[in-house]
Amino acid sequence: MKQANAALGIVETQYATVTEKLELESGEKLGPVTLAYETYGTLNHDRSNAVLICHALSGDAHVAGYHAGEHKPGWWHDLVGPGRAFDTHKYFIICSNVLGGCRGSTGPGSINPATSEPYGLRFPLITIGDMVKAQQLLIQYLGIGRLRAVVGGSMGGMQALQWLHSASGRVESAILIATAAKHSPQQIAFNEVGRQAIMADHHWQDGNYYGERRPLKGLAVARMVGHITYMSEVSMLEKFGRQQKDDKDPFKFRADFEVEGYLQHRGDSFVKRFDANSYLYITKAMDFFDLTAERPLQEVFRGIGAKLLVIGFRSDWLYPIWQLQEIVRACKIAGVNATYCEIDSTYGHDAFLVEIEQEAHLITHFLKRVSSGYTAGDVYEI
Amino acid sequence: MKSEYPLDYRIIAGLVRTHASVLDLGCGSGGLLQLLERQNKAHVQGIEINDQAVYSCVAKGLCVLHGDIDNGLVDYENKSFDYIILNQSLQQVRNVEAVLAQSLQVAHKVIIGFPNFAYYKARAQIFFRGRTPVTPSLPYEWYNTPNLHFLSIYDFIAYCSRHRIRIEKMFFLGSSRRLFFLPNLFAQTGLFLISR
Repeated sequence: MKQANAALGIVETQYATVTEKLELESGEKLGPVTLAYETYGTLNHDRSNAVLICHALSGDAHVAGYHAGEHKPGWWHDLVGPGRAFDTHKYFIICSNVLGGCRGSTGPGSINPATSEPYGLRFPLITIGDMVKAQQLLIQYLGIGRLRAVVGGSMGGMQALQWLHSASGRVESAILIATAAKHSPQQIAFNEVGRQAIMADHHWQDGNYYGERRPLKGLAVARMVGHITYMSEVSMLEKFGRQQKDDKDPFKFRADFEVEGYLQHRGDSFVKRFDANSYLYITKAMDFFDLTAERPLQEVFRGIGAKLLVIGFRSDWLYPIWQLQEIVRACKIAGVNATYCEIDSTYGHDAFLVEIEQEAHLITHFLKRVSSGYTAGDVYEI
Repeated sequence: MKSEYPLDYRIIAGLVRTHASVLDLGCGSGGLLQLLERQNKAHVQGIEINDQAVYSCVAKGLCVLHGDIDNGLVDYENKSFDYIILNQSLQQVRNVEAVLAQSLQVAHKVIIGFPNFAYYKARAQIFFRGRTPVTPSLPYEWYNTPNLHFLSIYDFIAYCSRHRIRIEKMFFLGSSRRLFFLPNLFAQTGLFLISR
């Protein structure tokens, strides 16, 4: 597969701004709203080949390819491109930074037009539903009526689920990876530790730190906790063991073990690209997400015509298999056309970013099936 | 083209109505489902436990759920499918009675294929050699068999009559053709269409 090695090359983030105010689930209105997004591939003549990829908590619109002058590709680079699972010869791939984010879309660090200062905690509470509402505006802006697929892992999967719920007529298929229809208390608990770490940093100052020193320590600790939950016991053992660092100095409580060094490094590099307030807002959106809203999940799924591909990872203890099985169970009862696959990986939650080969196989064939259904002349309402 | 498929597949395809909905429990790499989808224009769904087999099903464009049969049926509503197929998988489930009862509830009709333990060569191996039988339809040694239950064609017929399960059709298979004479002795495989 020579083609598979062909890369996307240099890509650029684009911006779309909606001037009218977005009505949020909380009832508050937010606007103007800007969304940062990237696209790869070409929208076909009848605008039917669009695939929306939704990113996870710390992701952004930059899925694949390289930004000019950078050496690190996008976060799902190996899955998106010519000849890859999200084949840019076939599909028009879109990814946007979520509402509330800090990577180009409107979020707590953006300027509040009412005060000409950054929003900080004056930014309204946002939900996964609001993120999807903003994405729908973007899709409309791009002139697309219906998505071939909406795809996401972790929080991205929550957005894909939300699409199925709030705009099922505009979605032909959904790929849900390592995600949940609602957070368990354990997932909320880990997010809360992260939030408390940020708020305990005295530089946080009730979110009013823009233009001053930022709560980098707190955000780094939040990210460290996150990374522990993204790995598995086995993957940590394999990666670090009890290996000690060369420059250890046990009497100073520095990073003596490799695993400590790794977490500190991850924390320190995260704060360079992420805003602490966005972390607070987005994790709250995840925790409050509940697709079922006290109804059985199958009631939410009933009548959904979209085809589903659900993927879980056996070593993922943050989004454990049972949460995906719960989604599959609801599909069975509701008669939703679903394929479910458990991938035998040791990488924990990180697997959705790492187990590219298996994911590529499943996604390639699933999208092929979805697309063949399309050309077979099925009738769709738009 | 048709003859590429094994005899049991062809018989099953002959039993399934056009455009029917089918759930194959233990669908393996999806060969039978693919046949039913193409030939019978059936709406097919599989459940399979083996990782590689699941990947093969997906590669065939089939709708498959990764999981085991014993826990796979409880969620479905009554009469969700026209047919449930348990081809060479019933003898491998833990709780046969529950799986059979649930299958008859979830589908209008159930198609079951299993290796006949009373096949004469199996009998001979036990009787003359005192060894656990290894036959074309029971190709495993005692230490590596995935089969948990060993039954004969008569066992299954007796079970159906005791549990008021209607046998609509039955087929007895040799290695390459149907058999009609002394099936419990000469057939390697029994294939049944049952309903409640």
